[in-house]
Amino acid sequence: MQLKNIFKFNGGVHPDENKIASTRLPIAKLAIPKKLVLPLRQHVGHVAKVKVKPGDQVFKGQIIAEADGNISAAIHAPTSGRILKISEEILPHPSGLPDFCITLEADFKDTWIEKKPIPWKKIEKTQLIETLSQSGIVGLGGAVFPTHMKLKTNQKQTIHTLVINAAECEPFITCDDMLMRERADEIIRGSLIAQTILGAEKCVIGIEDNKIEAYEALKKAAQKTTVEITVVPTLYPSGDAKRLIYLLMGIEVPKEKRSVDLGIQVFNVATVAAIYRYLEFGEPSISRIVTITGAVKTPQNYEVLFGTPLSELIKAAGGSSNKQKKFIMGGPMMGFDLPSIDVPVTKAMNCVIESSPELFPTPKPVMPCIRCARCADACPVNLQPQELYWFSKSSQLEKAREYNLFDCIECGCCTYVCPSNIPLVQFYRYAKSEIIAQDKSKEAANTARERNEFRLARLEREKKERAERHAQKALGAQDKQAEDDKKSTIAAAMERVKQNQQENIKN
Amino acid sequence: MITALLVMIFLAILLGLVLGYSAIKFKVDGDPMVARIDAILPQTQCGQCGYPGCKPYATAIAKGEADINQCPPGGDAGAKALAELMGMEFKPVNEKHGVQKPKSVALIDESTCIGCTLCIQACPVDAILGAAKQMHTIIASECTGCELCLPPCPVDCITMEPVLENSESWKWKYPIYNIQKAQKA
Ligand code: SF4
Ligand code: SF4
Ligand code: SF4
Ligand code: SF4
Repeated sequence: MQLKNIFKFNGGVHPDENKIASTRLPIAKLAIPKKLVLPLRQHVGHVAKVKVKPGDQVFKGQIIAEADGNISAAIHAPTSGRILKISEEILPHPSGLPDFCITLEADFKDTWIEKKPIPWKKIEKTQLIETLSQSGIVGLGGAVFPTHMKLKTNQKQTIHTLVINAAECEPFITCDDMLMRERADEIIRGSLIAQTILGAEKCVIGIEDNKIEAYEALKKAAQKTTVEITVVPTLYPSGDAKRLIYLLMGIEVPKEKRSVDLGIQVFNVATVAAIYRYLEFGEPSISRIVTITGAVKTPQNYEVLFGTPLSELIKAAGGSSNKQKKFIMGGPMMGFDLPSIDVPVTKAMNCVIESSPELFPTPKPVMPCIRCARCADACPVNLQPQELYWFSKSSQLEKAREYNLFDCIECGCCTYVCPSNIPLVQFYRYAKSEIIAQDKSKEAANTARERNEFRLARLEREKKERAERHAQKALGAQDKQAEDDKKSTIAAAMERVKQNQQENIKN
Repeated sequence: MITALLVMIFLAILLGLVLGYSAIKFKVDGDPMVARIDAILPQTQCGQCGYPGCKPYATAIAKGEADINQCPPGGDAGAKALAELMGMEFKPVNEKHGVQKPKSVALIDESTCIGCTLCIQACPVDAILGAAKQMHTIIASECTGCELCLPPCPVDCITMEPVLENSESWKWKYPIYNIQKAQKA
C-alpha cells in the first residue's frame, strides 16, 4: 500500500477516528421487524408516488411507490407482507417533523417478487437508464441523489473518468469499509458496469490509507481488471467529491461547476454495489449497511432493511448503556442529533452513534471570535469562515452569499479548530436555509405579481370589450331608428300612392 | 486653430448623435424606481397600505406621496429594505395599517359554498377556481393570503389557515447560546 502522486488540498483536520470498535465483527443481517415504515421522501427530488393502498398484499422487492419524474426514486417493499396504512410519521431528519410514510406489516415469509436480472450489456443505453430509474437506487454515501440521473450522459457531456469514492473520511463510520472487506467483488463489478454505462475511459477508486484490509480486498478483486485503486492520506474531508477528485487527479472543480462538467463522475462504493445487484440479480434497493456505534454495547455493522425501526437496530447492538439516550445520525462532524429513536432506517442512514458524556462532552463555553483565522486555514474549500460567521450571525444574508456561503460543504473543519468553540456550521446552516426560504418567497411574490398584472390586464380588456359592445348596441339602435324612419316614409308614400289610386278609381 | 475647432464640432455632433440614438434604443419603459420598490413589496396585493395593490403603492412611494412603513405583510424587514433603497431613516410598520401575520392561505368550506362567484371577483391573483352555482376551490400555491375574499362571501365559508412548517419548508434555527467573556490574564 503506497501513496503515489497525491495532490494535497488545503486545510482539512484529523479528528479522532473511532472506527476500530465497529469493525471487529463482520456485517450481520438484522432480523425482519414486525412493521416497516417507509418514508416517501428518502431521496433528493420529487416525492415518490404511492402505488398501493392499505390492505394490499405485497411481495419483497415489489414497487410500492414509483419515481415521480426524472429526479425521483422508486420505493420497494423490503419484505413481503400487507400494507397497513399510509400516514404521517416522524422521519430521521433534524426537523423532527412528520412526513408521509407507507407502513408495511411483515408476514415473515420473505417471498420475493419474480426477480428479473437485466441483460444490461445487450440493452440500449436510454432504455437501461429507464430501467435503472425503477431500481430505487440513490447515492448511498449520504447524498441520496437518484443514481440513474448520474448515469445519463449526452453529446455535450461525456465522462472520461469514473471516480469511486471509498474514502469514508468521517469518524465513527465504517459501513463502506466493511462492505469493501466483505463484498469487494460486487464493488469492482459494479464499478465496471457503471464505467461501461458512462463510457468512461478510466475508473479510479480512491481509498484512505487507514483502511488496509479493505484496500487489500479491493486489490484482490480488481486483479486483471482496468480498475485503478489509489490510496490517499487519511485527512478529513477527503471523502468530499471535489476534494477526492483533486487528491486523485489534481483537477480543481471550479465553483458553480459540477465535476461532470469536467468529464468526471463520482459514485460511492455502496452505490455501485447496489447497481451490480440490481442488474445482475434483479434485486432493487431494499436494504443498506448501517454502522451502529458509540456508547452501545457491541458496535457493529448491520445489513438493515429500509423501514426497520431504529430502535430494533439499537436493541441488536446491545441497547443503550446510558440514560441520556441521545443518538447522532451520520458522523460527529456532519451529522445531526436524531429527534427520536422511533424513526425508520432510510436510504440516507449510513451511521448511528449513541452519544455519551465521555465520547461527546458538553461543548465548552463559546467565546467571542478572536479573528485568529485558524478556521480559514482549516477550510478545505478556501472560504473565509470567520467572515461567513460574522455575516450569518448578523443576518447579513446577501453578504454571506457574496462570500460564497453556498460553496461551504458544512464539513465542520472550522468548528473543529475554532479556539473560541463557536458552532460555526450551525450559523451557516441557519443562513443557508434562511436564504433559500427568502429566494422561494421572492419567487412566489414574482408569480403573484404576474398573476395580478394578468388579472388587471384581463379586467381592462373586459372593460374595453364591454364598452365596445355598448357602443355597438347604441350604434345599432341608431341604425334601426334610421331604418325605421326610412321604412315608415316608404310605407307612408305607398299609402299615399294607394290612396291616390283609389281616389282615381273612384273618380 | 480652425482645425481644432472643426474637430471639436465634429466630436460634439458625433457624441450628440450617439447619445440621442442610445436614448431611443435603450429606453427603459416605466419608472425604474417604481419597479425597484415593487420588487421589495411582498405582492400580497391586500390593499392594507391604502392603495389598490403593491404597484400603486410603489408608485406612490416613488412620487414621495406615501410613507415607506405602510405595508404590514412586508413587515419591519420590508420597511428596512425600502428605507435602504430610498436612503431614508427606517421606521417600523405603522400599526394603523395592520400588523404582520404568519403566512396563511384561504380555505373554502366546500360544503357551505353556494357558488356565488363573489370571492372570485375579489381575488387579486385569480387564485380561486369555480363557476356560477358551483363549489369553489382555492389554489393554495397561488393564494397570497390577502384576505380580500373573506368579506364578500355571503355565507362566511372562507377561513384563513396558517401555513404550517413541513419537512420540506423547515429551516435551521438561529443558534442560541451564551457567549462567555474572555478571562483576564
Ligand atoms: S477559528 Fe474561531 S476564533 Fe479563530 S477566526 Fe475562526 S471563528 Fe474566529
Ligand atoms: S464548514 Fe464550510 S466554512 Fe467551515 S471549513 Fe467546512 S467548508 Fe469551510
Ligand atoms: S400592504 Fe403591502 S402587500 Fe398589501 S397591497 Fe400594500 S404593498 Fe402590497
Ligand atoms: S384566495 Fe382569497 S386570500 Fe387568497 S389571494 Fe385570493 S382573495 Fe386573497
